Amino acid sequence: MKELKEMTQQEKCLLTVSVWIAAFLAIPTAAFGMHIMEGYLPVGYCLAWGAISLPYVVLGVVRLRRLINEERRQLIILAMSGAFIFVISSLKIPSVTGSCSHMTGTGLAAILFGLSSTSVLGLIVLIFQAILLAHGGLTTLGANTFSMAIAGPLVTILLYKAGNSLKLNKLANVFIAVAIGDLFTYCVTSVQLALAYPSAVGGVMASLVKFLTVFAPTQLPLAVVEGLLTVLVVIGLEGFAKRELESTRYAEAK
Amino acid sequence: MTANITKSRRGLVIALIVLTIVIILGPLFAIKGAEFEGSDGNGSEMVEEVSPGYEPWFEPILETLIGGELPGEMETLFFCVQTGIGVGVIAYCFGYLVARKRFAGDDSSEGISAGVAGGQPGAATTTG
Repeated sequence: MKELKEMTQQEKCLLTVSVWIAAFLAIPTAAFGMHIMEGYLPVGYCLAWGAISLPYVVLGVVRLRRLINEERRQLIILAMSGAFIFVISSLKIPSVTGSCSHMTGTGLAAILFGLSSTSVLGLIVLIFQAILLAHGGLTTLGANTFSMAIAGPLVTILLYKAGNSLKLNKLANVFIAVAIGDLFTYCVTSVQLALAYPSAVGGVMASLVKFLTVFAPTQLPLAVVEGLLTVLVVIGLEGFAKRELESTRYAEAK
Repeated sequence: MTANITKSRRGLVIALIVLTIVIILGPLFAIKGAEFEGSDGNGSEMVEEVSPGYEPWFEPILETLIGGELPGEMETLFFCVQTGIGVGVIAYCFGYLVARKRFAGDDSSEGISAGVAGGQPGAATTTG
């Protein structure tokens, strides 16, 4: 326990340092990106979202360490759900609105390993994309982690639990929970942008409607696709790794 | 037992894959001439609209290092690397699981499968 606590402290330091480094390396110009683009969120908001996300990530690191040390059986599924986020969030998919967007992929990890572990997996992918792809950004890392790896997964988990207690078909339940969680991620992104950029006429709400109309319709079919792909992976896992699957949170609410 | 479940779900799996492809490719054929640019890019346009004259205060670190925008082809490369890493890990793990099941028979008989599949448990787990 003591060792774990020390680790938390250490990780906390690391993360704080990284947030500060990110905050101070400031130079302007535009780029497109996933979720909120680099430099498009005022400093205060960057730090605030970072601060909100930090506890989840720290808890996630602790949980993952424990899982790696004590539940080695789950490791292979953990690796797969992490890799799933990598694949899913790297695919740009055309949508009915005539623009492209991509999915989050965090729903699977959320259902299998819970919120905090998912936040770490999501963060890894976001860092990869922020540094190599100029997609998203280091300054907006906190905000993007919150929307993609915390808020969306939270909705997924809540819906999944609700579905379970309603005795919904497991696969249908996974589909609904993941699809709506994915949609919610983009709603949160819109809220984050709206808070930072309240419209001159109508304030935050008017702004929110504007951002939502950009993200939501594009994201709708993608959310469906993400739900379908997650169900496919779950079917695969049920077929070949039932034992491991049953030791995760997937089976918890039976 | 599990083999039967997998078999009975074959139809479902195929249906899901087909549906996924239809949803993804549908817009491409339905909306002719659309540019399919990133909706995140639209987001930044919207920021311009809502608060005109906004200057992003931070440049992506890679663009700072190379002193310009990342060339499109390079971006594709990095995206492919990301996809590749993910697909590699998933394929490895599924391959491991499928082989384990095939050579151990029933994967619910823990002792046997752990014994047989445990040839390289370390290798399998550290890869993740």
